[in-house]
Amino acid sequence: MKKISCENLSKLYSEIASLQELYLPVKESGVTNYKKYENGAEVDIKTLKTVKSAKDFFFPQTEDMMEFKVNGKNIEINDARKVANPFVIFGVRACDLKSFDILDKVFLQEPVDTMYKAKREASTIITLACNNPEQTCFCKTFGIDASNPAGDISAIIVNGEMLFEAKTEKGAELLNKLTCLEDAGDTDADAERAEIVKKSENLPFANLNLDEFKGENLMKLFDRPEWAELSKACLGCGTCTFVCPTCQCFDIRDFITNEGVRRFRCWDSCMYSEFTKMAAENPRKTQLQRYRQRFMHKLVYFPQNNDGVYGCVGCGRCVQKCPQNLNIIKVIKKLGGKNND
Amino acid sequence: MQKLNELALEKAKTLLANGTVARVLGWKKGELGYDLEPAVFYSESDLEGFIYNAFSGANLSKYLIEESKKEGKVLVFLKPCDSYSFNQLVKEHRIVKENVYTVGIECQGKLDVKKLKEKGIEIVDGVIENVDDVTVISLGKEYNFVKEEVLLGKCSVCEKHLLSYDEVISLHDKRTPKLDRFEIVKKLEAMTADERYAFWKGELSKCIRCNACRNVCPACNCLKCVFDNDASGIASKANSDSFEEKLFHIIRAFHVAGRCTDCGECSRVCPQAIPLHLLNRKFISDINRLYGEFQAGEDDVTKGPLTAYTTGDAEPSEVFGGNK
Amino acid sequence: MQEIKKDYKPLIVAFCCNWCSYAGADLAGSSRLSYPAEVKIIRVPCSCRVNPTFILKAFQRGADGVIICGCHPGDCHYTSGNYFARRRMSLLFSMLDYLGIERERTRVEWVSAAEGAKFSAVMNDFAKTVTELGENKRLEDLRCKN
Repeated sequence: MKKISCENLSKLYSEIASLQELYLPVKESGVTNYKKYENGAEVDIKTLKTVKSAKDFFFPQTEDMMEFKVNGKNIEINDARKVANPFVIFGVRACDLKSFDILDKVFLQEPVDTMYKAKREASTIITLACNNPEQTCFCKTFGIDASNPAGDISAIIVNGEMLFEAKTEKGAELLNKLTCLEDAGDTDADAERAEIVKKSENLPFANLNLDEFKGENLMKLFDRPEWAELSKACLGCGTCTFVCPTCQCFDIRDFITNEGVRRFRCWDSCMYSEFTKMAAENPRKTQLQRYRQRFMHKLVYFPQNNDGVYGCVGCGRCVQKCPQNLNIIKVIKKLGGKNND
Repeated sequence: MQKLNELALEKAKTLLANGTVARVLGWKKGELGYDLEPAVFYSESDLEGFIYNAFSGANLSKYLIEESKKEGKVLVFLKPCDSYSFNQLVKEHRIVKENVYTVGIECQGKLDVKKLKEKGIEIVDGVIENVDDVTVISLGKEYNFVKEEVLLGKCSVCEKHLLSYDEVISLHDKRTPKLDRFEIVKKLEAMTADERYAFWKGELSKCIRCNACRNVCPACNCLKCVFDNDASGIASKANSDSFEEKLFHIIRAFHVAGRCTDCGECSRVCPQAIPLHLLNRKFISDINRLYGEFQAGEDDVTKGPLTAYTTGDAEPSEVFGGNK
Repeated sequence: MQEIKKDYKPLIVAFCCNWCSYAGADLAGSSRLSYPAEVKIIRVPCSCRVNPTFILKAFQRGADGVIICGCHPGDCHYTSGNYFARRRMSLLFSMLDYLGIERERTRVEWVSAAEGAKFSAVMNDFAKTVTELGENKRLEDLRCKN
């Protein structure tokens, strides 16, 4: 274990940034998001939830795939994928870390998504325990321990000092290079972790009942009349999907440049009316159907196909950001089973 | 203020019971005390979830596009700002006015959850609302705030009054705003072009194209948006280039210019806290300056400034208000 | 202000109404009055046909300046189209200015079918102004730049 005083964190950031590109939560124009570290950046590790999640590093909102150029009678096809240089992400919370596992199940299954894989391998993840989980956090419902996330290096703040522990070889390698850290000696984080576990346990949505969400109930859940009421106020915007760390749907589109075509992929949202548009028909015509799809996917279809792993990590971003305050907690409470009140 | 909720609930129950209306459009209680959602209530037992309080910020008028076309009358509660949107939608023939029973309801400004969160409040157990201050009860503690600290941006400058209603529920005079709604627009106009460019680059680059601003906007009521229409040539789902952020927001603001009632929903819902209302207010301030004071939604008949003209209008070369 | 390359030639898009300004451009041609080759004319039925999207798209595709030409106020072939265009463009240009985009990059001019000389003078002047401003950087789309 190594440590550094929280007052000297900027030294740590500079040192990491001198070795590799460093990304961490930065407050800019009033909101906190992951940004590349630059001297003087307003690093904000107090805010638990960046507006956009950490999935952007591996699955960015837009990403070029290839380029077609017209040259006389020839069409030239160029690979537009960017080379992923090694980079470090600092301050990833337990919920976002878990979301990487969920995304891996989608992108690293055969056929492997090479763009995702390259970035995943190029990353070193430094996680940070949540000293003060928020009321909207419900990671515990999904069995996530906010006090002890792993990653390559795990960090936790204890009494004004940040403690680091390498969890992988890659993490140990980076940790050993950092000269600004001192040996932690006999300082340990056990008491702080126990405190966090206690706090998480007492949050209002820490123990939601998910019993009903299982494969054999699929049709029963699908037909529940409550979907109408739950989805009534839905605007059909993409806020929930775009702030969600586990939403992974994308569209592939072409942009006609002045000389050819650039093919890129970008996030798409199952909340959008055009999401299921096909040549002949749009099978999801109403917002109720779209709304149902999103939650059925996270709570029923995804676990059914992935050994019971839910497609939600309980980060609570949708709870904070939905314009009309619809969210997954309301769905779970309504349909999840007994004792959810 | 708490009395308003009881009166509104009573009104809803009565009108449902005597058959005047078939359903009620209002706000429903949430899980955290502040997370109210717009909802339709069909019966007295449904109405158990009804609430009107300091968090009823959502504008309900857009839901009437759909609700007013269904069978039977719908009762809707309109705050002053919502009543302007309602008028505007009636003017645009998007709401069937005959199918709506409007109850205007007093509003002394609604609270901004984001601002409360910055003050350390994550869950709300109760709110005691006065005209100029508010007490929020959270996890057993009481916090008192001057309204201006915690109001939604749209509410802290609101000068609107109830316009369109069949009945009204109101106990107090409306508070007068202490801030000028064009203050920040003027500040921006006084900046140099380079400063303005830097400001908007910082703000618009945050845009994640979730379309919340568009979808919540009562003036954005096209059946098919040009940005969703593959045949339009500008359809896009994400900002691949900083140009697309500007394109989307300029065109959206322009399309609602002269129809935007300044209800402020766009800024309320933006997950990245982009002050989108400043684009709309620029158009409003220009319209007022160039074509005479105009408030969209003030009535449901007057022609908007962009569907009218005078032969003596200013030339485009001489309209710039601000600094170069 | 950015440094301007020595032989920099801007790209200018001119939306001209069919009835007055396009005929004005014709007259400029047949009267052998010159205007810069960088000006690309797009004929529209009326100045009020110009949607703000057209202007922004022109910038996206590489235009450095956009000018809209129509009949003089009062002379619109459709009675009032140019009056509506005037209001729209006023508000749009003011908005572009508000976003920090150079106000000289956009312009509206009224040119009648008899004003070949004015057409030529306007285009020469606009091209000169835009050349001095240099390349459009604030409303560019990098994907259209290489």
